[in-house]
Amino acid sequence: MRTGTLKQILLITDGCSNQGEDPIAMATLAREQGVTINVIGVMEQDVIDDQGLKEIEGIALSGGGVSQVVYSQQLSQTVQMVTRKAMTQTLQGVVNKELQQILGGTKKMEDLPPEKRGEIMEVVDELGETVELDVLILVDTSASMTHKLPTVKEALLDLSLSLNARSGSNRFSVFAFPGKKVEVEKLLDWTPNLESLTTIFSKLSTGGITPTGPAIKEAISYFQQKKRSLRSMLSRDDEQFFEESI
Amino acid sequence: MMMNNSLKSLSKLSPGTVIHGKWHRNQYTIIKELGNGANGVVYLVRDSSRQVALKISDNPSSIISEVNVLKSFTKVQGSALGPSLFDVDDWETVGKQFSFYVMEFIKGPNLLTFIQQKGPEWLGVLLLQLLADLDVLHEKGWVFGDLKPENLLVNGPPIRVRCIDVGGTTIKGRAIKEFTEFYDRGYWGMGSRKADERYDLFAVAMVIINTAYPGRFNKTTGGISQLMGMVKQKPELNLYQSIIKNALSGNYQTAGEMRRDVLAALQPRKQKSDAGNQVKSRSQLHRNGAKRNVTKKKGGLFETALIILTLSFLYFFYIYVQIL
Ligand SMILES: Nc1ncnc2c1ncn2[C@@H]1O[C@H](COP(=O)(O)OP(=O)(O)OP(=O)(O)O)[C@@H](O)[C@H]1O
Repeated sequence: MRTGTLKQILLITDGCSNQGEDPIAMATLAREQGVTINVIGVMEQDVIDDQGLKEIEGIALSGGGVSQVVYSQQLSQTVQMVTRKAMTQTLQGVVNKELQQILGGTKKMEDLPPEKRGEIMEVVDELGETVELDVLILVDTSASMTHKLPTVKEALLDLSLSLNARSGSNRFSVFAFPGKKVEVEKLLDWTPNLESLTTIFSKLSTGGITPTGPAIKEAISYFQQKKRSLRSMLSRDDEQFFEESI
Repeated sequence: MMMNNSLKSLSKLSPGTVIHGKWHRNQYTIIKELGNGANGVVYLVRDSSRQVALKISDNPSSIISEVNVLKSFTKVQGSALGPSLFDVDDWETVGKQFSFYVMEFIKGPNLLTFIQQKGPEWLGVLLLQLLADLDVLHEKGWVFGDLKPENLLVNGPPIRVRCIDVGGTTIKGRAIKEFTEFYDRGYWGMGSRKADERYDLFAVAMVIINTAYPGRFNKTTGGISQLMGMVKQKPELNLYQSIIKNALSGNYQTAGEMRRDVLAALQPRKQKSDAGNQVKSRSQLHRNGAKRNVTKKKGGLFETALIILTLSFLYFFYIYVQIL
C-alpha cells in the first residue's frame, strides 16, 4: 500500500486572518499537494467570533484535516488528539482507495458490513503506529496570542512526547507568523523532537497582523523543498511491509 | 467539552427515539443518556427484552476500533474485562449515517463516587479486583490506557469493579491511543506514552491519590517530588504510600506484583492476641512486601518462608470471604 510519509500542517491561531491570500484557498492548494491541514483555535476567556470560527472550520475542511476550538488549558490534549485523528483520517483515505481497487466502484469502509470492518481498522491502526510523519507547526504570534504562547509551547512538547511513543519516525518543524520582518519566519528546522523549542519560544516577538494565507503557502513550499533519498528508500521498504500485512 | 457539530446533534436524541440497525435490523429505544465524551455518546436503551448500553458516533473508525478490543476481550474466558459486546451496526437517519455498538449496561456509580458513599475501606478491595483484571488484560497483550475513576464503574452486589471505555486500550508496545492528563505519566514528566504494564499501574496510583483529592490538582514542578508531596499531606493515603511510590516510579513490572503489596497493606497490623514479637514481624513483613520487587533485598530463609506462608494464608482467607 502506498502511504509514504504523512504530511501535516498544524495551524494554531486565535482568530481571523487579515492580510494576503485567502487561507481557505491556500488550504485547498495544500490538499492538492498531499498536505493535510489541521487547525486549532485557542480561546482564553474570550470567545472566537463567528467569522474566525468559520475560517478555522473552512481551512480544515478544505485542507482535508480536523479542526477544534478549545480553551488554552485544554490545548495539550487537543493538539495530540487532533493530530492523531487527522492521521487516522488520512490513512483511512489511503486504505479506502485501496479497497476501491479491490472491490471496485466507490466502496468505502462504511459500505461494508460491520463484521468486515474490523480487519481493515486493524490495518489502519497499524499504519498509524508505524507510518512516517512530518508535522509542520504554524503558530499565530499576532498580539492577542502573546499570553497564550507559553501554553502553546507546553502543548507542542507534549505532542512530541505522544508522537515519539510510536514506532514510526516523526519530524517536526515550527514556523511563526507574522515573523520579525517577513510574513512567516522559520523557528525550527525539521527535527525529531521539539525540546529545542523551549529556548526559541522565549525569544519570540509578536506582531499586529495575521497573514494566515501567506503562512500556509510558505509552509507548503517548505514540504516541497526537502529532498531525502535515503528516507524514501526506507519508506519503500515499509510499503512492502504494509502490502504483506493487508 | 470537545465536540463537533454532528456529535452535538447525537447527544440530543430524546427518550423514545428508536435507533434502527441497518445491517442486523435490530431496534433500540432510547431511555436516557448515560454520558458522552470525545468519541461518542452513550445511551441507556431497551432492546426487545432488556436494558443495554449503546455507544453511537459519527466516526465509524473509533467505533470499530473499540469493537475490535471488546471482541478480543470476549475471547478471554470467564473474565470481566470490559462490558460484553452484543451488536455492532449503522443507523441511517436523515441523510446521515452513524455507527454504534451495543454492550452490557453496567449499573452503578464510578469508583470515586462509590468510595465517597460507602467509605474508604472499599478502596482496597476494589484495587485488588482492578489489579487482577489488569493482570489478565496485560497477559493478553493489551494496556488499558485511559484508566480513571470515570471509566471504573462499581457494579453489584456482589460488588465488582468494571472497566468501561476501551477507547484508550492499546496493543502493548504501541503509542497509547487515548489518555487523561491527570492519570498520564507523560503529563507528569515520569515516562513515555508507549503502552506497557507500568503505564496502567501509574494510572492506578493516580486513581488512589484521586480518592484523597477528588478535585484533582495541577502540575507545578511535576515529577515524583510533587506527587509524593501531595500524598504525604493526606493521612488517609498513609496506608498506600509505599505502593503509590513504587507504582509511580515504575517499580512494579506486573499488576500482580502491585496486587500482592495491596493485599499485604490491607492486613491488620495490630491484633490483641498477637504477641509483641509477632506484631513486629508482621509490620516488617508489610514493609518487605512493599519493597520486595524493588530493591531485591535478600531476606533470611525463615523470613521468606514466613512471608509466603502468611501471604498464602491471607490469600485463601480473602478468597474464602469472596466466596461467602
Ligand atoms: N456499558 C456501560 N454501562 C453503563 N454506563 C456506561 C457504559 N459505557 C459508558 N457509560 C457511561 O457513559 C460515559 C461515557 O462513555 P465513554 O467513556 O465510553 O465515552 P467516551 O466518548 O470514550 O468518553 P471519554 O472522552 O471520557 O473517553 C461513561 O463515563 C459512563 O458514565
